[in-house]
Order: sequence, then C-alpha cells, then structure tokens
Amino acid sequence: MRTCHRPLWAPLTVVSLLVGGPLVPALAAPNERPAGTLEKSLAALRAVDKQGAGHEEAQRAMQSLAAADAADLPAILKAFDGASPLASNWLRNLVETVADRNLQLKRPLPAAELEAFVRETSHNPRGRRLAYEWLVKIDPTAPARLIPGMLLDPAAEFRHDAVALRMGEAAKVDAARDKPQALKLYREALSGALDDDQVKTIAQALTKLGEKVDISKHFAFLTQYSVIGPFDNRGGLGLEAVYPPEKEIQLDAAYDGQIGKVSWQPLQSRGDYGMVDIAKQVKPYKGAVMYLLTGFQSPISRRVELRLGTDNAWKLWLNGELQFSRNEYHRGKSLDQYRIPVTMKPGNNVILLKLCQNEQTEDWAQDYQVQLRVCDSNGLGIRSGEAAVAGGR
Amino acid sequence: MRLITTATRSRRSNSAAFRLLLSGLVVAALLHRTGGILSAADWLQFRGENGGIAAGEGPARLDHTAWTTPLPGRGISGPIAVGDHVFVTASSGHDQERLHVLAIGKADGKVAWERQFWATGRTQCHPKMAVASSNPASDGRRIVAFYSTNDLACLDLEGKLLWFRGLTYEYPNASNSLGMASSPVIADDTVIVQVETDDDAFAMGIDIGNGETRWKLDRPHKDNWTTPIILHGTDRSHDVVALQCSQGLVGLRPKTGELVWTYTEGASTVASSAAGEGMIFVPSNGLTALSSASPAAMPAKRWHMAPLGPGYASLLYSDGRVYSVTGAPVLIAADAKTGHVDWRLRLTGTFYASPIVAGQRMYCFNDAGLGQLVALGKEHGTIANQRDFKESILCTPALVDKALYVRSDQHLWKLAD
Repeated sequence: MRTCHRPLWAPLTVVSLLVGGPLVPALAAPNERPAGTLEKSLAALRAVDKQGAGHEEAQRAMQSLAAADAADLPAILKAFDGASPLASNWLRNLVETVADRNLQLKRPLPAAELEAFVRETSHNPRGRRLAYEWLVKIDPTAPARLIPGMLLDPAAEFRHDAVALRMGEAAKVDAARDKPQALKLYREALSGALDDDQVKTIAQALTKLGEKVDISKHFAFLTQYSVIGPFDNRGGLGLEAVYPPEKEIQLDAAYDGQIGKVSWQPLQSRGDYGMVDIAKQVKPYKGAVMYLLTGFQSPISRRVELRLGTDNAWKLWLNGELQFSRNEYHRGKSLDQYRIPVTMKPGNNVILLKLCQNEQTEDWAQDYQVQLRVCDSNGLGIRSGEAAVAGGR
Repeated sequence: MRLITTATRSRRSNSAAFRLLLSGLVVAALLHRTGGILSAADWLQFRGENGGIAAGEGPARLDHTAWTTPLPGRGISGPIAVGDHVFVTASSGHDQERLHVLAIGKADGKVAWERQFWATGRTQCHPKMAVASSNPASDGRRIVAFYSTNDLACLDLEGKLLWFRGLTYEYPNASNSLGMASSPVIADDTVIVQVETDDDAFAMGIDIGNGETRWKLDRPHKDNWTTPIILHGTDRSHDVVALQCSQGLVGLRPKTGELVWTYTEGASTVASSAAGEGMIFVPSNGLTALSSASPAAMPAKRWHMAPLGPGYASLLYSDGRVYSVTGAPVLIAADAKTGHVDWRLRLTGTFYASPIVAGQRMYCFNDAGLGQLVALGKEHGTIANQRDFKESILCTPALVDKALYVRSDQHLWKLAD
C-alpha cells in the first residue's frame, strides 16, 4: 500500500509540488501585505470554471490565502456575490480553512462584521448562511436575535429556520386552544414556507383549525393544459422523433398519431401537487409520446425556474426554444426534481412539454405523470399573471 | 510480463521501499515512484488497495467498540484510512445539498476537521440510497470525495481544497434519479470515475494534480453502480484499470484511457469484479473467471459457474478462493482456479455492503445493521460472532491496524479487540 509519511510532506511543499510552481508566500496580515493582494487571489478563485479551467491559479490563490487573518473573512464572504456554483465551493473551503485555523489559534472571529454580513440581504444567500454558521459557533445567542425576522428572507435556509420557529410557536398556542393566535401564526409561517415538508404540516394544522390551504396555488403549479397524442415511441425512438406539435402549435388541427387521428384536448391537473396523470386521466399508453401545452403570463421580462418532476423521458420548450431534454424512465420522481432556469418574456409565454412512456411491463414502470411549476431560484412559487413577488405570500 | 496481483505488488513494493530508505536515497525519488512511504496502515479506496483484503489480522469480535462518532449527515459511503485519520463523507440539508468530508482521528474518534461543499448536481435518489454513496479515495497525499451529484472534490490531508469538479454541472444529463454509487479509484496519478446513466454515460480520467480532464470515454447508456478495479503491472505505467458495465469489461491505461482489451459477455451493473493470481473474477453470467498473461493482455475465459453469481455485494478474492455473497444470501467459497465450490454458508439479511477479509476472518454487514464475522476454514465457514448495530449499514468497511471502521447513516464505529 502507498501512503505518505506526513512529516516529509509539509502542506506548503505538497501544494507547491502539486501546482508545479514556485513556493507561494502565505498571505501577510492585512496591514502588512501589498494593496490588492487579497482581491487578486479572490479573483482567481472566482474565475474557476468547467473542465478544470483556472484550477492551477486557484490552487496558488488558496495557498496564498490559507493563512489569512480572521479580519479578512468579510472580504472573502463578499466574494460570494455573483460567484458561480463552482467558485462558491472554492470560497466556502477558504472561509472554513481560515475560520477553523483562527479559532484553533484562539484568535477571535469578527462577530460584528459577520452579523452585519448576515443581515445584509443583498449578499449571496450561501455566503450569508456560511457567515451565520460561523457566527453561531462563537455566539450561540445569534439565532434568537436573527432568525425570527427572517420569515421572508431571500435565503431559503434562513426562511426554513424562521418558518420552523413560527410553526413551533403556533403549535404551542394551538395546544393552549388559542385558535385566533394559532391561525395568525400558522398563516405567517405559510407566507414564508418554501419547502414541502413545512407547507404540508402547516396546511394540515390550518385544515384542523377550519382553514383550507390551496397547496397547488402556494407552489404555483401549472394546472391547465391542452394535450395531444399518442404519437409513436416504440423502441424508444419517440423522444428524438419530431412530431407536428414541435413544428406548429395549432389547437384546432388534427394529426396522424400512433393509433389514429389525434387532436388537442383540455386537461386539468389533479390534487395538491399539480400532477397530470396521463395513464389515469387519458389512457395508460405504452411506447407513446404525449404533448402538453400551457401558457404563463409574465408582466415583465424575468429570470425564473421551471421545475418539473416526472419519471418519464421528456423535452421542454419555452416560446419555441428547446430548454432541456431528458432520456430516463422509471428511476423515481420528486417535487422539483429538475430545475430549468429560463427567461420569461413580457406577455404570454408558451410552454410545450413532450412526455414519453416506454414499453416496460413491470408494475413499477407504469407511471406516466408529470408536475410542472414556475418559481424563483429559492423555490418561491410565481403564479401566471402575478407581478413581482415581494418575498412571500 | 506477468499479471501481478495487488497483494503481490504491495509486498514487493514494501520491500523495495525499505531498501530505498536504508540506502539513503532521496525521499523525493521514492515518492515519485510509489506515491509515498509504504504503509499497511492505510485503506485508500473502496475495498482498500487489495480488493477487500486487509494487512494482518482483524478484530476477533464485533462487540468491542473503541469509539463511536456521530456523523453530521446521511451516507452509505464507506470510510477510508490515511495516516492518523479516517475519512468519511456525508450529506445533509433539506434537499441533501450539503456535501461533507470529515477527517476523524483513528486514536480517539474526534473530528479533526470537517469541510462542506454545495452540490452542483441533482440530489434526488432512492430513499435507501444517499447522496454520499461513493467511497472517497486517496493516493496517500490527497483525498478525493465523490457524491451521487457527481461532484468531485480533491482536498489535501488538512482539508484544503485542491480542486473541485461538478460533472453534472458540466454534463447536465449525467445523473440517475435512483442515485449513483460508483466509487473513484486512483491509478498513475489519475482519478478514474464512471458516470454512467440511462441518459448521459461516460468514464473520465482526471489529473489528480490539477483536476483537469486527461481523457473522457463514452460509455453504454445504462445505469451502472460498479466501481473500477485496478490491475497492477510491474510498475505504475503498466497498470490497467478495468471498467465494468452491462456489456462486460474493458481494460484501459489509467493515464491515457487507451483501450487495451475488452470482455463482451455482459456483467452486473451493481456488484463489482475482483482480481487475484493473474485472474479477474467477473459477475458475468453468474460468475466468470478470466485469466491473462499481463494486465494489458486480452483475458481469456477460464471457467464459468452460473450459480455463483453475487447479489449486490461485490466479489472478493483471497488466498486462492473467490467469495460470492448471493442474493439468497449464501456466502459461497469457490476454488479460484477451477470454480469448484469448497463450501457454502447461509448468512442473514440483504447485503449491499461488500465483504472484507483479514487473515482467516471475513466481515459481512447486512442492510439491517447485523454484523456477521465469518471464520474462514478450508472445508467450511462458520459464523464466529455477530452484533446488531441497530442502524442500517450499506457501506463497505475499512480495516487497518487490526481495527475495523464501519459507518451507518448516523455513526462511525471503530471496532478493535
């Protein structure tokens, strides 16, 4: 077996051998280093990209920054703003390395600056959450100070904590039979809730208190569709075959389908979670392609996410442009299984979904379903025709 | 050139390493050749570097707990051991989007450091699976952590990030809604991963130094959870890595991805192959034994036994025998040269964890958390000791310095006499 003999491989030497360059001096204390050194190293971390692009420069930057002072943490956290998912992970590791090291050396972390960073909601949600987690390590009183006011925070994890807090308070007053206060607190909790487990629990509690919750509306599922099919998907060839609905959208047209003439028919989703069940609501077709058409009114041009759950193969177009294609069958489905960032144009947006069923005969391979919703990047549902959503409902 | 098994290679390399040390040659030259000082106290990847065989003995009982450490998140990945630490991965968060790497002291079970990353790929998986499902791997100097999201992080032994790849971020259809579980291996300074799904499917060789792609190979579009095996040549440049899938096996040069041989009679997409004594034991049409003159030579079929096919647990070769845990589950010990069944032993439960061996003891953990220690005899195997850990165990444990490291969703245990 091969392994390294640690004393022979001091960390600095290891990394400089890895990057194949000269030894990089550790970052000096903020008041001793040349101006711009920190910014230059952070820029190298932010520049990493797919295929390992920028890794060697980032390695040198990490080596340079690993000995950074705790006072540098706010500047490092600020580098999260606008960083890519890959760069965010480099920055996260840097924050952990620097904070860990300074705590081990009994050097204080800048608590006031960390808290100010957490409170500034314009910063990157992940950077804020990371700042919060290190703040809590040195100040266990911080959650009680910060979380109650975060019900409509842009960061999903803060909202989750704040909703949980409100749910706990609601449950207590509910147990004390203070129905008006329980209703108030549960409604508040629902206004901030993004995650299904919390929404479900709140909805159950409100229902017991006599108030029905429209879960489908809360999540902003798309519920009204026109559907057409089946077209042929025998041998799994249908996903890539181009059938008439991909060439034109003409709701009064009829086409040759897999088993005769087909035309557009209205179909409404079922249940709380916007599920369209082709097998049960139309027919349990096998080796088939169905198209689902729906619209979304957007008052402005804006970035949103189309989130989809299905265990069938699919393609999705927005306003005639293919957004994503997925060739997987019966491996499981879940809420928000696929997240597709798109830009909605002002006015009506046409969403076309191609949903394919294969020819498997096993019991577990019969589902022919899909759910689709529109939301922001945190999962806050955006309803058709709705103006900008200000944090919560 | 003769195919040298991992066990043989280790013994030879050990001896060579000590001779080099004694002769006072520079350390850098030694590290260049071997990747580090040689040690029996490491367990560097899924099933270790010896295909599930530990150096020396293992604990005689499973109920002697040296320490138990709670883990911060879910996981079915096995631990690895490098130097003074055990490294283990986990995931947490509402959507299991937090990816953890932990270094835990072998001596005291204390967390030396913990690092987290955010998943850049999909976290959806079957409830029985987990985002932290692949074993980490190490070359003795660096840790490579791989997740079902196809996020691949390389850290030094102190937790500093050396590079990070998001393979689903780069290839958005590289994901499996059931979850993925193939573990990375490291050969010739190359991290080899199999990312094979019903949609996108590829294998990749990545430079462990800088995380850049050395090669990328299109693979059959079929879900695959198996882990590559390394066939060691006389030196690293003669190593071959064997990738398994539903169509069979291919042998590649680790550094270049050059195809050197193929076996096309199909294979399991769950249980991985084993190698030993110049042979490869493949879960193919039951169990098929291949032999070749060298790792790079086209292997020939030596024998085939349909009833010896494994369930989910991977095959294991030890001391002239090939072991298979069938779906029944029955542990079958067969002569490696002939396929003749020497003995069978009924086990309890369903096995996802692969067995490992130290000396004449085999350690098997079922998915309900029942550990079963099998005494390996010439004519029969017997259950020598059992322990109910009362938590689901799907990981393949690590065994170093006579201590066994096993993890559940919630805990990592060190078991030692």
